[in-house]
Amino acid sequence: MELPGPAEPISTGAVPTAVSLQDASVAFRLAGGRVYTAVEKANLAVAAGEFVAIVGPTGCGKSTLLNVAAGLLAPAAGHVRIFDAPLAGLNRQAGYLFQADALFPWKTAIDNVAIALEIDGVPRRQALERAQAFLAQVGLGAFSQRYPHMLSGGQRKRVGLAQVLIRDPKILLMDEPFGPLDAQTRQIMGNLLLDLWSADRKAVLFVTHDLEEAIALADRVVIMSAGPGARIIGDWRVPLSRPRDITEVKLDQAFHDLHREIWDALKDEVLKGYAQSTKAAGE
Amino acid sequence: MPRLTLLSLQVLVAVAALAFWQFFATVPILGHTLLPPFFFSKPTDVGWQIVDWFVTGVIWKHLAITLWESILAFAIGSFFGVAIGFWFARKPLVAAVFDPYVKMANALPRVVLAPIFALWLGLGIWSKVALGVTLVFFIVFFNVYQGVKEVSTTVRDNARMIGMNEAQLMRHVYWPSALSWMFSSLHTSVGFAVVGAVVGEYLGSAAGLGYLIQQAEGVFDVAGVFAGMFVLSAFVILIDIFVSLVERRLLVWRPNAAEVRG
Repeated sequence: MELPGPAEPISTGAVPTAVSLQDASVAFRLAGGRVYTAVEKANLAVAAGEFVAIVGPTGCGKSTLLNVAAGLLAPAAGHVRIFDAPLAGLNRQAGYLFQADALFPWKTAIDNVAIALEIDGVPRRQALERAQAFLAQVGLGAFSQRYPHMLSGGQRKRVGLAQVLIRDPKILLMDEPFGPLDAQTRQIMGNLLLDLWSADRKAVLFVTHDLEEAIALADRVVIMSAGPGARIIGDWRVPLSRPRDITEVKLDQAFHDLHREIWDALKDEVLKGYAQSTKAAGE
Repeated sequence: MPRLTLLSLQVLVAVAALAFWQFFATVPILGHTLLPPFFFSKPTDVGWQIVDWFVTGVIWKHLAITLWESILAFAIGSFFGVAIGFWFARKPLVAAVFDPYVKMANALPRVVLAPIFALWLGLGIWSKVALGVTLVFFIVFFNVYQGVKEVSTTVRDNARMIGMNEAQLMRHVYWPSALSWMFSSLHTSVGFAVVGAVVGEYLGSAAGLGYLIQQAEGVFDVAGVFAGMFVLSAFVILIDIFVSLVERRLLVWRPNAAEVRG
């Protein structure tokens, strides 16, 4: 299939490729010996410093692709390269913000963040100091002694963000991180993410089912088809300038034009994905 | 309901129950006593027996013995429960091999082990401790096993993504999760440690609350049996309050941990 829009990041030669998936397929063995191909021959390249959003219907294997990039899941076929080196085992250059709650419930907010440094041998006192600074950066300076269950969903995501960022990963993988939050909180979190990201421009791979969120945040929006055997079916560059404010950028004409263009391509897949998910539920 | 009202209603229940007991044990109705003191004793006799025990100080020795047996049973049973629960959870093959034997051992009513333990370990405290251990062990074992197995995959993946190695996963993820499950069954396991001690004493010993009750029963001293029962339940309630305090301290990170046992 021909891809509309540029499939490769702007290759000026000077910018290295942070994450590259070449013909990556992911398959799961189901009960009864059948093999379910979740993702088929995905090709994707994220340049260093680039913010790429992956959008697709529910159950299309977006998260699966992210797990492959993280090294949590090995592809059945194809290659994964991280900064031009083949990925073996876990991706040590990546930080991963999960969709579900991933904080350690038995540690306070500050301990949750500090542990990410302590396991590398940073002395506890120093780790706590830096963790406090990171918590302050995500606006939770006053909540450092709270346990996760005492925090709201948005606050927990902030702690998670601090936990990931304190390790200063070169690549940031995000799996619908703001999915469970309410609309207002999502916008606030989106702006916070853009603020933090603009400081040192990590490569970001951001999975979402929300096309508006994807366009508002990303440099490029990648569309996946409905599963099984999901493919990457589109790749658009977002022509909006930075710095952006998520709320304001949605009023931009360019935003609407792009939204319509991508939605036209996505709509059929969303319906297909919906039909499949209801069929699967009926089985 | 205001605390004071509730408390006075609770006291009222006790007073009423004791009053009925006292009344029917002492006042004959239509020529005969409904609760013959030989079988039912009466609250005043039971009360005097308890007072006597505390005034003369005999009770302290028995309480200390039972407490000591319970503590040992709890400590030893928990130690093995944690160690083996951890081992099984991390080595599925071992767990699969031993599974039928664990189930078999757990299915056995522990009381039948008492004579064996008495034969092996004598009539001193260790046969009672052993009985308590067999009870405590399985509760702790099953909880730790579950706690290690049921660590959320997201939490585990996250721990690995922030760079934890196997030893660090053990210390920061599996261990706290297992302990939290163990602590959440603290009331049950401590309770069973006491049960093991008292039942063991009852079946053959020279000291302890179980011994006291058994001795009184042997001479048809019903007041002594009831007095022993009341002291025993007060003893268990005190231990339970202590466990609640410990639990509240240890499970502070848990949602509702503080409210559950308010």
